[in-house]
Amino acid sequence: MNKPMRRVAVFCGLLILALLVRVNWVQFVQADELQTDANNRRVLIERYAHPRGDIIVEGQPITGSVETDDNDFTYKRTYTDGEMWAPVTGFASLFNTTLLEGIYDSILTGDDDRLFFNRTIDMLTGKDRTGGNIITTLNEDAQRAAFEGLGDKKGAVAAIDPRTGAILALVSTPSYDPSTFTGNTVEDSEAWTALQKENNPDDPMLNRALRETYPPGSTFKVVTSAAALEHGLLDGVDTKTDYPEPFILPDTQDVPLDNLIKGRCEDASLRIALEDSCNTVFAGISNELGNEKMIETAESFGFNEEIFTPVRAVASQYPEDNRPQNAMAGIGQASNRATPLQMAMVAAAIANDGKLMQPYMVDRLDAPNANVIEQTEPEEMSRPLSPENAQALQSAMESVVEDGTAFNAKIDGVKVGGKTGTAQHGENNADIPYAWFISYAMTDNGSPVAVAVVIENGSDDRSEVGGNALAAPIAKDVMEAVLAGQN
Amino acid sequence: MSTSNTTVSTGGLPSRRNTELAMLVFAVLIPVLAYANVGLAKDGSVPAGTLQYGAGLGLMAGVAHLVVRRWAPYADPLMLPIATLLNGMGLVLIWRLDLEPQITTAKLGGAMAPNQLMWSALGVALFLGVLIFLKDHRILQRYTYISMVVALALLISPLFFGEVNGARIWVTIPGVGSLQPGEFAKIVIAVFFAGYLMVKRDALALASRRVLGVYLPRGRDLGPILAIWAVSLMILIFETDLGMSLLFFGIFVVMLYVATERTSWIIFGLLLSVTGAVAVASMNSHVGQRVDNWLNPLALGSNGGVTETAQSMYAFGSGGLFGSGLGQGYSRLIGGIATKSDYILATVGEELGLVGLMAVILLYGLLIQRGMRTALAARDPFGKLLAVGLSGVFAIQVFVVAGGVTGLIPLTGMTMPFLAQGGSSVIANWALIALLLRISDTARRPAPAPAPNTDVEQTQVVRV
Repeated sequence: MNKPMRRVAVFCGLLILALLVRVNWVQFVQADELQTDANNRRVLIERYAHPRGDIIVEGQPITGSVETDDNDFTYKRTYTDGEMWAPVTGFASLFNTTLLEGIYDSILTGDDDRLFFNRTIDMLTGKDRTGGNIITTLNEDAQRAAFEGLGDKKGAVAAIDPRTGAILALVSTPSYDPSTFTGNTVEDSEAWTALQKENNPDDPMLNRALRETYPPGSTFKVVTSAAALEHGLLDGVDTKTDYPEPFILPDTQDVPLDNLIKGRCEDASLRIALEDSCNTVFAGISNELGNEKMIETAESFGFNEEIFTPVRAVASQYPEDNRPQNAMAGIGQASNRATPLQMAMVAAAIANDGKLMQPYMVDRLDAPNANVIEQTEPEEMSRPLSPENAQALQSAMESVVEDGTAFNAKIDGVKVGGKTGTAQHGENNADIPYAWFISYAMTDNGSPVAVAVVIENGSDDRSEVGGNALAAPIAKDVMEAVLAGQN
Repeated sequence: MSTSNTTVSTGGLPSRRNTELAMLVFAVLIPVLAYANVGLAKDGSVPAGTLQYGAGLGLMAGVAHLVVRRWAPYADPLMLPIATLLNGMGLVLIWRLDLEPQITTAKLGGAMAPNQLMWSALGVALFLGVLIFLKDHRILQRYTYISMVVALALLISPLFFGEVNGARIWVTIPGVGSLQPGEFAKIVIAVFFAGYLMVKRDALALASRRVLGVYLPRGRDLGPILAIWAVSLMILIFETDLGMSLLFFGIFVVMLYVATERTSWIIFGLLLSVTGAVAVASMNSHVGQRVDNWLNPLALGSNGGVTETAQSMYAFGSGGLFGSGLGQGYSRLIGGIATKSDYILATVGEELGLVGLMAVILLYGLLIQRGMRTALAARDPFGKLLAVGLSGVFAIQVFVVAGGVTGLIPLTGMTMPFLAQGGSSVIANWALIALLLRISDTARRPAPAPAPNTDVEQTQVVRV
């Protein structure tokens, strides 16, 4: 019996060997894959095991981490003035991680390769692991002015420092407080569900400043002006043009385009046309330049491409189109659409003497020990205008505030250039028009701030002053907040 | 049988009891240190019960050792320490999982470690009882057919009780708890096979007809065994306990092969087992689902959740080479009571790492090989067959459970001997070890001194 018994013993040895090979396969070869598998809850547990780094505005954190009673997730994210800052911070929750929280997740959790040294030191010294911090370019006063100015209205504000491209304010309303759904409770789930677009017609989680495009309306006339100057169609802002009132749209059977403020628009110069927001003049310019040249200028301002601040802003559009549509696009009332950030960039490029700076909202990334991991240097994005043309356009935009439709943006002792807009939308323009306003303030040291404001459901007032009445005061408050900080 | 005694020298072998004692010291110390380790990791302090736990485990091991020294002095020196170490580590792991409130709710039966400690003590008591009262394993040979009846009764009994987790393997006695008769049946059936095959092995091996180059036994020799096998398999299919049926069938083939020395039995057995497995897997949805889980271990369950199988794979993977350390893993995510029983190896893998898991598997391997060695060394055919049967049962159970949990083969609902939570399992396995020790004691005991030969004195050679 011993021979078969030995064979059985060898067979049992092989069974054990098979087990050993298998556990080596699972715990050594497959280990990494299993450790990082999306369904492995340990990934989430580890992620919430340490306090996250913070997002910082003017030296003060606008985020925080608190310990919870949850079994799996030790820390949860908190937000100071969550509704106000949500378009900047985004959120880090069990549902999703977005905007700055999402882009710099590895820095904030401390997982980033650049924090390897910190992690090792923390491990050796037995310190709890901490994440790095994100130092933003935002200006708290400007942000608050914009947020409070919009109040209950649906809209967005974007403000940039034209000299550097640093984003100063980024507001979207109605907003949401991300603190309400960063935990792991039923209430958090309910709060999250209630904020979703399908459950909330206001879509509070839409970042209107970066992720929504609107017909830019009359604010686009500034871009059309720049196109006229840059392509040499007009020598200056006071050169007379040659467009009748009303203007007959090309390739149509005498479809007339008229002006809201009548009288001064026929053959008006750019200055007059901007002051009175003459549709006829800008439709005429756009038509005369043609679709190609208009696209060229729009793209030099940043249209037709996504912009990374580093948070992504959707591409504003100036598409190829037929002649009547292209003429209408010259007054911002056709297939061209823009984000509030894009229109702030238009104002900023003009205010910065024609040089458009790459917009950015992260000044630098700090390691937990305050060593700088990454520093953003201001960077030129493009030159849509020559300095002469830019300065000429500045003087015209300043006239709009001094003598034209944008008188609500006047600030004592400071030169302000601006442009109002009222963009019709909806079928047969049935919906309440969007009220727009773009502007910049000019000091002796150049322009420290350019703003774009859009209000979706402003007022039934369809007159050209919609932008002036509703949006301009908000822009003014934002500019004043920035200017106050300059002194 | 002519070669059966070659591995045993006729001279007196060292008893190796002191080796056993030294090994037992480690077998007690390691779990005690592990116990303290869990407390340090969980609360930052050595748990209050460390001394009591150490004393309890030490007492059990010490008494067992003394009894072996007195009643089975030549028994194998490694089996008791290995069983003690595995049982001790099992208690630590169950207690460690008791500290996770999510899987220790009142609904799930609360803390399991105190009961497991009681069952372990009962197991050791049974171990002592077997060693003290069973003077010679050959006594069991007398109960061959009674064993058959008892085994069948044990196997049938769960049919009269309810289904738990898709398998009917439990007998619930009100007020006492539930019992897994299969764990005891595996020992009893090994006794039956050993007794029966010892008598019939010549007939099965020699009186055969050659068909297509394969020796087939005569129907009347084969009949009773096939009948037993079929009946037990039928019962197991109705109880949907795939693991146990694999166990019985495997041991049946192994013992038949050893008894008859005919390779044809292996072929025959493999054919039957493959047919049986495929038939069961395709007929029974519970088993079919297990196979699906095995093929796609990480796939989400039908309710969209992460399955237990996936959770245990994550636990193993997250353990990596060296593990998270005792008390610092998340094997509780497997959820439910199975974490402490069927999936206990996942906790070993996650918290002690690949290194710890391999050590545990090697401990089982060592125990199995000591059993096989006992079978080789045994001097009587019944003892040989019984030892090979018991070691084989143990080996198949270890392979089926560990292979199932690590995803090598489909998962079957069985428990890891000694390590996993479950009273029947720990009691039955202590009895199994006691039987092996009894056989090995008989095998290694010096041959009795020859009876004094009176002739010698009468016919003295006269030297010149």
